[in-house]
Amino acid sequence: MRRDIFQAIADPTRRAILVLVAVQAMTPNAIAEHFDITRQSISKHLRILSECDLLAQKHEGREIFYELKIDKMEEIDSWLAQFRKIMEERFQQLDQVLYTLKNKKK
Amino acid sequence: MNLLFDFTVDKAAKTVFITREFDADLSLVWDAFTKAEILDQWVAPKPWISKTKFMDFKVGGRRFYAMVSPEGHERWAIQKYTSISPKTNFKMFNAFADKDENPELPGSDWDYTFSEQNGKTKVSIIIYNESLARMEKMIEMGFTEGFKMSMNNLEKLLATLSQRQ
Repeated sequence: MRRDIFQAIADPTRRAILVLVAVQAMTPNAIAEHFDITRQSISKHLRILSECDLLAQKHEGREIFYELKIDKMEEIDSWLAQFRKIMEERFQQLDQVLYTLKNKKK
Repeated sequence: MNLLFDFTVDKAAKTVFITREFDADLSLVWDAFTKAEILDQWVAPKPWISKTKFMDFKVGGRRFYAMVSPEGHERWAIQKYTSISPKTNFKMFNAFADKDENPELPGSDWDYTFSEQNGKTKVSIIIYNESLARMEKMIEMGFTEGFKMSMNNLEKLLATLSQRQ
């Protein structure tokens, strides 16, 4: 199932988890210690973040560590940067159109 | 002339906020956003052109338009006006569509607010996207050419504009 990244980061707990694992890879237990919620709901958040391809799992011995997949976060920023450019260029075209229309009226 | 351009994003709320100033009076800027013949002159990223098939600017009315590539490839979209306060604000729902006017959901909600001060008109736009997938598509939608304007070009344009002052 493909999930929506915005849905993933809409939740404050999930955003906090991303901030935690951005610093270092962590086990689910270590992550859970930072929150006053059940281990079960932490697992659910981790599952959603993994399904959004924001977290990667890495096995060390018997432990599973979660780490942030930076490229996915950068992808959002690059989409937004492109959207910003589209709008910027569109408005510059409008500047020209307005300039022409103003001169016609005179 | 330096015209204000502000672009901020609230990722969690899936909302983009844009504010832009234009060097023209309110009624002209309002027309530029609400009349098909003017919209078609500026909304398409070059070398694409905008072609409005119909536009009925009233509450419940729709605009059905295409971005047309130099090869003649058409990408259709439909806008539905949900609220209009003349020369102050209008809101619309925007979705991509097929050539038979069937919208492809989800779409996005656009809210435009206009105000004039000292002969300049400020337009504030709030864009709410239901899903990231749509945002992605909005950008994929043949706009690649539009991105190519380099910072260099932007600086040149700004220089031209400031000379006019």
